[in-house]
Amino acid sequence: MLLLQQAASVACYGGLMVISSLPPTLSPQPLSWRKKTPKIKMKSGQCIMRRALIISELELKPPPYSLNSLEPHLSRETLELHWGSHHRAHVARLNSLIAGTDLDGMGLDDIVIATYNKGSPRAPFVHAAEVWNHDFFWQSIKPNGGGQPSGKLMELIERDFGSFSRMLKEFENAALTQFGSGWVWLAYKANKLDVGNAVNPCPSEKDNKLIVLKSPNAVNPFVWDYSPLLCIDVWEHAYYLDYENRRDEYVAVFLEKLVSWEVVSHRLDIAIKRAADRAREDEKDS
Amino acid sequence: MALRAIFSKKTPVLASGFGAGSRCLRSGLCQARGVAAVALPDLPYDYSALEPTISGEIMRLHHQKHHQTYVANYNNALEQLETAVAKGDAPAVVRLQSAIKFNGGGHINHSIFWKNLKPVNEGGGEPPHTSLGWAIDTCFGSMEALVQKMNAEGAALQGSGWVWLSLDKGSKKLTVETTANQDPLVSKGANFVPLLGIDVWEHAYYLQYKNVRPDYLKNIWKVINWKYASEVYEKETA
Repeated sequence: MLLLQQAASVACYGGLMVISSLPPTLSPQPLSWRKKTPKIKMKSGQCIMRRALIISELELKPPPYSLNSLEPHLSRETLELHWGSHHRAHVARLNSLIAGTDLDGMGLDDIVIATYNKGSPRAPFVHAAEVWNHDFFWQSIKPNGGGQPSGKLMELIERDFGSFSRMLKEFENAALTQFGSGWVWLAYKANKLDVGNAVNPCPSEKDNKLIVLKSPNAVNPFVWDYSPLLCIDVWEHAYYLDYENRRDEYVAVFLEKLVSWEVVSHRLDIAIKRAADRAREDEKDS
Repeated sequence: MALRAIFSKKTPVLASGFGAGSRCLRSGLCQARGVAAVALPDLPYDYSALEPTISGEIMRLHHQKHHQTYVANYNNALEQLETAVAKGDAPAVVRLQSAIKFNGGGHINHSIFWKNLKPVNEGGGEPPHTSLGWAIDTCFGSMEALVQKMNAEGAALQGSGWVWLSLDKGSKKLTVETTANQDPLVSKGANFVPLLGIDVWEHAYYLQYKNVRPDYLKNIWKVINWKYASEVYEKETA
């Protein structure tokens, strides 16, 4: 559970509890984060443990770098607000919505899929997905990022887009045409026909390939059973303090200076293995 | 007084240029094309005139950058549409619809929004003592109840969009509606007329209110132009 003083600084929109104050100044040092741990709560007033409540609460993961270390590309103030208020508020709200429900105790991935509910999202979805998206986003970037990918990732980029610069162009274009709030993704689309509420009777030419796609608000391609590799947050709060309305500049800087291609490569390795494992299972079943 | 304010002594025209005789407030843009292009309307007040409720910095960016971009992109899309229609290129016509809807909607919505706001020293925030005031009491119970409802719905809107006080010109009923992104109110109902719209995109408040959208909503009522809303209401219910 978030400490009360942290909870007191939560202020956000979307029907959440609001206390009108700015968040406390956060330490520039990354907090050591704890994995989700089940707590055993004693029923109050009981001397003997008659019944224990297991409460599993999701915790706010800090980025793997200090909040000022992405300067001058993303300011400390932006990180303090984006991670310290927006992301934090989604964690708090998600915990309060799932407490005592069938979702309590589930891992975040499972909560996202369950609450997406095959395209008819339940109330916790926006918060679960935003926690997922923001965790993913912070991991996708790093101080002194940018440069170019190599190895298998570069090979697939060249195979599926023609060239690295073409992929960047497509990614930028998607970011600039995501009308409203949302996210843009580089993802690996495996050959999986069941995509929830979508009707997909035939494998498409995009299977087992890298693709660029965009999603509105909190939706992410994870719910469509794709393997996301990289994302950029194009909600205005992600860039407005540093870039105002110049989303194009933010996207360019993100790609040139911030992306951690090592992380993207690592995710691709996992995605390919996952697709191969599933293909073997499908073969066994058929 | 700023130069802009002197010019705005004239009635500001929403230069949606359909055919000859339309005024265009930017250089030659409308006249140069055969299409029905639009232009950025001037604000009827200085950028800083809504302070401290909305900062001059936000107003300037909101008008000169965001709204201007919607205007430019809408005109661009219309030009491409004209070409596509002339060529009989149906896929291109369809492909252009999202840009037209988004940018055209952005232009429509913001043009209304600037008229929905007024400096305090020009009557901004003064509640309507008109037929609209009575209608609000009838439909919502009180002005406070309306404000509370609009604030709640505005705060709950996920992502970007608008919250509206809407008049159904068929039934003459007032309702609170929300639209996503830049969808205009009419996309919720063909009979819906916007009396008031509040922009809840982050760009409308972030520089000043950061992520505390509810504070922005609570404060914006201090500069709401009820006179404009009343005029629209009276015209539609006459």
